Amino acid sequence: MLENIDFTLVNWSRGQFALTAMFHWLFVPLTLGLAYIMAYMETMYVKTGDPEWKRITKFWMKLFGINFAIGVATGIILEFEFGTNWSNYSWFVGDIFGAPLAIEGIMAFFLESTFIAVMFFGWDKVSKRFHLTATWLTAIGASLSAVWILVANAWMQNPVGTFFNPETARNEMTSFWDVFLSETAVNKFVHTITSGFVFAAIFVIGVSSWYLIKNREHLLAKRSIVIAAVFGLISSFVLIGTGDSSAKEIVKTQPMKFAAMEALYEGQSNAPLVAFGILGEETDHKNLNAESEADFLFKIEIPSMLSWLAYGDPDRYVAGIKDLIQGNEEQGILSYKEKIIRGYKAQQALRALKDAQKSDPNGKEATALKAKFRDPEFIENNVQYFGYGNFYHPDPEQIEKNAFTMVPPISMTFYAFHIMVMLGGLFMALFAVFLFLVLRNQLHNKKWLLWAAVWTIPLAYIAQQSGWIVAEVGRQPWVIQDLMPTMKAVTQIDVESVMTTFFLFAVVFIGLFIAEAKIMIKQIKVGPKKKEDPNNV
Amino acid sequence: MFEALSHLALQQYWWIIISVLGGALVFLMFVQGGQTLIYQVGKEKDERTMLINALGRKWEFTFTTLVTFGGAFFASFPLFYSTSFGGAYWAWMVLLFAFIIQAVSYEFRSRPGNVFGARTYETFLFINGLIGTFLLGIVVASFFTGSQFSLNDMNEMNWHSPARGLELLLNVHNLTLGIAVFFLARTLGLLYFLNSIEDENIEKRIRKQLWYNAIPFLVLFLTFIIWLMFRDGYALNPETGEIFMQDNKYFLNLIQMPVVLILFLSAVVLVLYGIFISLFKKSSAGIWFTGSGSFLAVFSLFLVAGFNNTAFYPSTIDIQSSLTIMKASSSHFTLTVMSYVSLMVPFVAAYIWFTWRAINKNKINKDELTSGESHFY
Repeated sequence: MLENIDFTLVNWSRGQFALTAMFHWLFVPLTLGLAYIMAYMETMYVKTGDPEWKRITKFWMKLFGINFAIGVATGIILEFEFGTNWSNYSWFVGDIFGAPLAIEGIMAFFLESTFIAVMFFGWDKVSKRFHLTATWLTAIGASLSAVWILVANAWMQNPVGTFFNPETARNEMTSFWDVFLSETAVNKFVHTITSGFVFAAIFVIGVSSWYLIKNREHLLAKRSIVIAAVFGLISSFVLIGTGDSSAKEIVKTQPMKFAAMEALYEGQSNAPLVAFGILGEETDHKNLNAESEADFLFKIEIPSMLSWLAYGDPDRYVAGIKDLIQGNEEQGILSYKEKIIRGYKAQQALRALKDAQKSDPNGKEATALKAKFRDPEFIENNVQYFGYGNFYHPDPEQIEKNAFTMVPPISMTFYAFHIMVMLGGLFMALFAVFLFLVLRNQLHNKKWLLWAAVWTIPLAYIAQQSGWIVAEVGRQPWVIQDLMPTMKAVTQIDVESVMTTFFLFAVVFIGLFIAEAKIMIKQIKVGPKKKEDPNNV
Repeated sequence: MFEALSHLALQQYWWIIISVLGGALVFLMFVQGGQTLIYQVGKEKDERTMLINALGRKWEFTFTTLVTFGGAFFASFPLFYSTSFGGAYWAWMVLLFAFIIQAVSYEFRSRPGNVFGARTYETFLFINGLIGTFLLGIVVASFFTGSQFSLNDMNEMNWHSPARGLELLLNVHNLTLGIAVFFLARTLGLLYFLNSIEDENIEKRIRKQLWYNAIPFLVLFLTFIIWLMFRDGYALNPETGEIFMQDNKYFLNLIQMPVVLILFLSAVVLVLYGIFISLFKKSSAGIWFTGSGSFLAVFSLFLVAGFNNTAFYPSTIDIQSSLTIMKASSSHFTLTVMSYVSLMVPFVAAYIWFTWRAINKNKINKDELTSGESHFY
């Protein structure tokens, strides 16, 4: 079945989606976090009446506006692309996936766009309190937008609350609350949103540090640093907490991703955690076979830590990449080969049903086959492996070979995960140090530290992108875990069309990025408006 | 409460919501229309700044409505989403690009260091106004004229035209609606300017421009409608589930659904009245009449496309693949969940209305440009 797939098309479609999603994510985290920082600053203004707070608020709001516009511009692309480039996917899961997208529009985007207009244009048109409310609602609207798209993403990683309807040949929702409140969705949302908070805190501290280096805007910089450091520090704790709970959940729902994050080939009890490692050339998912072994040039391990991280128990067994492919009876792990055969049976049953319906839609055979898809045993043993069936081949040896291709890019997943975790730790330390020093009024003369904060901003971008690489590259070959492989989801179209739009996107993005970066830097150099006119406050 | 409704009732309910969003979207396209008039109505820099700022505080509504329209279609009629978006790839992609460049243009246009200069961003706004309205009209017209696709028994789409949606541009009936929507958007844009800007010179130019845009719109729209009344339509036989061609299907739909007919006729009256009072009575309230008329016209056209056993997304080459609201819809469960969500729509509309009033309380004039308090594009 694999031979019928046009992998050039699949890869270009994936490339385009990765390009647009990653570009979008350059701007979203700042929007998520900065909105709350601004809202807090404006609250201080309304409480104290101090015009300096208003000046500070308006400065950050200006940067927010520049960044927000481009986030909106790139957000719409993703929504369209689900249909344009992932047509089969859109049908297969539209019954579940479409709902959060629609709710996002109705509930979050309108909130955001309505009140952002009040925030920017309402200073002299509405009361102080109404304006403050609008700023808070903008922040909440931004967070709500994140909720729904992340619920949708979480469902792809861990498809719960649904059943497969053979009649329509798609998955249909059976419980909204299971989808909305799944462990994956909750972890994903909290982890992602707090990462946005941390990002914005780094951004605010970095920009403020630059002012201190240049010896200007002292009050703005110090006030901003205090707020951002506290906000960042609190968010970091939550970020690490949800990172931990995500790991515990991924080991259950996406064990292959988990194994790839650690480049763990052989499962083991008291599994050590690689705190730092450099992989050798042999670590390659493309030529993986039964003899492959993990190839580290260098690594520092913490004994039993991985078992503890995954299960809260240092003695527990953690499955490796090869266990998952080849199966491990002792640990109760079904081999991929077995899953492929089982999934194939489910696909064959569906095929048989469609054929039976052609001759007699409500005949005996069709009715029996339909009932099969409602049978808990068949669902448990076959339907839940539906997607594996796409890797079937009549030759059992070829099935085994195919099984070894069902692995995400190991080194990319490994590095992205480790970079994300290390940077997260670094950011937390930075918040603590800055908070300590700014409160003791010792920050302005530590030039090297201020420069370090400025250069942490690009690191924050890297951390954000790494996080999504772990999530999205790490789940390959699945677009919906166990149910639909990426190669099946793609729209059947000539590859030249996709290549053309890919390059169009690339050109537009490069142009927009240059403009946005220049405007942002210019605006920071110009700085806030000179002192507010006291009559005008 | 929605659980008790039949699947069909929910499908109809959701088609009504899609129609509402479609109507709202076309009304809000006054932003796009306005964007194509900046140089014709604004002769000096300050005038153009006023025009752009009048639009700049509204563009996000249009944008958000478009996104919500897409999302709601995905959630309630996913088979349409997977068929049309994946199939008419280039039509949607070009539309998409036209909207990507819009979103940044307002914010970046007047910022120092914006690399490409104000003129480039103004050109982006023009392109968005032209392509956005025109292509949307083309795609909506294809709800009546059909596209070249087929679906297999797993509902996987196969698009038979290598032009991937651009072939829709070769259909003259589609073109009449595409260009009509473009001129409608410009007409609405002019009426919106009239309502929100206080400036004598601008007002004079608007009233002159109104002739050049309202007349072509009316002529093209009438052509589209009369043609529609005479053409065959894709009808569904509810007994067998088969699609067949029926003479004057869309005319029959209007006759068989008198409520829709009344809505449509009131829409025409409202549109004409709004234009009339703006041309001859020096009124600035035309946007409310022509705007609500456009909303109702689009709303009733959507109902004509999808109700009364009609295929709303017909296939010209494999007629049985045509999509009806029954075939394309989500499950009963999902539509029920979504129906609860839809209860928020009036609430959303209410706060939009409230803030719109608060922001537009005073008209934009030259004094405001120099007050320095507000955010300016």
